[in-house]
Amino acid sequence: MIDVFALLSQLQPAELDEVWVYLSRSPLLHLTATLAAYQLAYRIYRATNNNPLANPVAIAIVVLIAFLKLTGTPYETYFEGAKFVHFLLGPATVALAIPLYHQLPKLRSQWLPTLVAIVVGVMTAGGSAMVLAQFLGASPETVLSLAPKSTTAPVAMAISESIGGLASLTAVLVILTGILGAVFGTRLLDWLGIEDETVRGVAMGVTSHGIGTARAFQISGEMGAFSGLAMALSAGAASVLVPWLVQLS
Amino acid sequence: MVNTLLLLLFCELLGEGLTLVLPIPIPGPVLGMFLLLAALVIRGKSYAQLDDTATSLLSHLSLLFVPAGVGVMVHFQRIGGEWFALGLALILSTLVTMVVTAWTMQLMLRLQRGRVLVHD
Repeated sequence: MIDVFALLSQLQPAELDEVWVYLSRSPLLHLTATLAAYQLAYRIYRATNNNPLANPVAIAIVVLIAFLKLTGTPYETYFEGAKFVHFLLGPATVALAIPLYHQLPKLRSQWLPTLVAIVVGVMTAGGSAMVLAQFLGASPETVLSLAPKSTTAPVAMAISESIGGLASLTAVLVILTGILGAVFGTRLLDWLGIEDETVRGVAMGVTSHGIGTARAFQISGEMGAFSGLAMALSAGAASVLVPWLVQLS
Repeated sequence: MVNTLLLLLFCELLGEGLTLVLPIPIPGPVLGMFLLLAALVIRGKSYAQLDDTATSLLSHLSLLFVPAGVGVMVHFQRIGGEWFALGLALILSTLVTMVVTAWTMQLMLRLQRGRVLVHD
C-alpha cells in the first residue's frame, strides 16, 4: 500500500492526469468504487451496531454520487463499471428460492394469511401513494410514476410504462421506497408490537421489495425468506392490480 | 460454487425465456426463482453447496441495489420541482403500507388459528 503512494507521489501532474483519464474510462474504476463505497457504508452500519438509520445502500449511494459529481463523471460512464454488480441481482433473485424452500413447511401452514396480506398490501401501496400525491398537488405523470413504487424495479418500470408514468422516475422512487422501508420498517414493526418473523417479513417485502428483503435477511433467515416471497408474489399481484387501481381513479 | 452459479443462471435464463411467452410482465429472475423452488420441491431436498452459495449471495443483497440507486443523480432536477409532494407521499405511503400489510396478516393468522373465536 505504502509503495503505491510513494510511486504515485513521484509521478508528474501531467502523468497523473493521463493515468486518471485512462482509469476513468475503464469499467474497473467504477466497479472498484462501487465495492469500496459499499464496504465503507457496511463498516459504518456495523459500527453503529446495525442501526437501520445507517442504511448501507443509502450511504453507498451518497458516497458514490459525491465521487461522481467531484470527478464530473456521468452516470452512464459509472454504470459501465457498476453493471457487473447490477447483473448479479438476477441470480440473487433466483437464489431467494433456497431460503424459501427451507421455510416451505411454515408457508404451507399459513399460505392464506400470507396471500391475503400481499394482495391487501399491494392495493394499499398503490392506492395510498396515488391519493396522497394527488392530494399534495403532484403532476399526473408523477402520480402515475408513483403508483407501482413498492414493486421490485423491473416490474415497477414495466407497470409505470403501461399506465403512462415515467419508467426511469419510477425506478428512482422504487429505490427510495426500498430505503425508507429498510430504515424505518423494523422500528415501526417493533412499535406496533409485531413479533412474528413471518408477518414482519411479509410487511417488509410487500412495502420495500428487494432492499427491504436485504434488511430482513440481516435480521433473520425466516424474516428474509418471507420478505423475498412477499416481494416476488407482490410483483405478480401489482402487475394486475395497479393498472386496475389506475382505471378506478 | 461453479455448479450452483450455473444452476442459478440456468433458472434465470429459463425464466427470461418464459416471460416472452407469458402475458403478465413478471420479470425473468422472479419466474426463475419459482422454477428453482419447484425443482427443489420435486427433488425433495436442497443441496448443501447451493445453500452455501445462496447464503453468501443473499447476505450482501444490499450491495446489488447500489448501481441502480446511484441513478437518482440523473433525476435530481425532476425530483427537485416536486420534492415536497413526492417526499411526503413516499414516506406516508410506505408507513401506511407496512402497517396495513402487517395488521392484515396478523388478523388473518389469528382468524386461522381460531384465537379470535376463543378469546374474544
